[in-house]
Amino acid sequence: MKLKTKSRIVVFILSFITYFTITQIGRFDWQELIVGVIISLITSVIAGDILIVIQRKFKISRIFYTILYIFRLFVEIFKANIHVAYLVIHPKLPIKPGIVKIKTGLKSDSGLTMLANSITLTPGTMTVDINKEKGELYIHWIDVKTSDVDKATELIGGRFEKIIKEIFE
Amino acid sequence: MISEIIGYILISIGLLFNFFGVLGLVRLPDVYNRLQAATKCVTFGTAGILAGVFVMKGYGVMGLKPIICIIFILLTAPVSAHVISRAAHRAKIKLTDETIIDKYEEDKELRK
Repeated sequence: MKLKTKSRIVVFILSFITYFTITQIGRFDWQELIVGVIISLITSVIAGDILIVIQRKFKISRIFYTILYIFRLFVEIFKANIHVAYLVIHPKLPIKPGIVKIKTGLKSDSGLTMLANSITLTPGTMTVDINKEKGELYIHWIDVKTSDVDKATELIGGRFEKIIKEIFE
Repeated sequence: MISEIIGYILISIGLLFNFFGVLGLVRLPDVYNRLQAATKCVTFGTAGILAGVFVMKGYGVMGLKPIICIIFILLTAPVSAHVISRAAHRAKIKLTDETIIDKYEEDKELRK
């Protein structure tokens, strides 16, 4: 009960900040502000209890890892785009596509979601499906280097899994 | 002045990568490969254009909306690619003939 209330408050603050940034920067209007409060309240009452599901302690290292994650994500996105651009321009299309399976040690929903999103944005890989009970991800790989589960885990998931584990678990 | 130049450079890079994404959409063989090109390049290209707008306009009425749009695009584009590819595989859309492995098809019985 306590956790759900906390989650609702966080959702209310986040949605109000989003509303405020979209409408209010540069000018100020009471009418729009009140509408924003009402809409944020409705949002947080209806869908506010699904954002936070686990109680965790605050750790200072988590902020450090979040910054590291964002930095690494941008580097990987840039590499991914160079890779795709190279593949597309190359006259012979040097692709070797396939769907491989990798293992993950992550358990929480948000951690799995972030891992799947990161994998989709990194070079040559795209998440097709997640098996949450077994901790397996099915990855479409545009240039398959190995079909072995452990090696693929090392090559695809290894870049992010440790950082995401520190942030979300 | 300088911020305008940087903004235009960012917008040009974004347009270039959007172009690569569309080219990949035409050239690559099947749904899954096309989704890869579409997701990666179009996400990065659109984020580049929006970042260019942010640099040109600065903090203001126009400036902060692009940042929110970048966050939403980075969060939603991978999810939509995942959903489309999963739906395509469930609808038995074939992978291209060059495909060398399909573990998802092999594990079909285990999934249920």
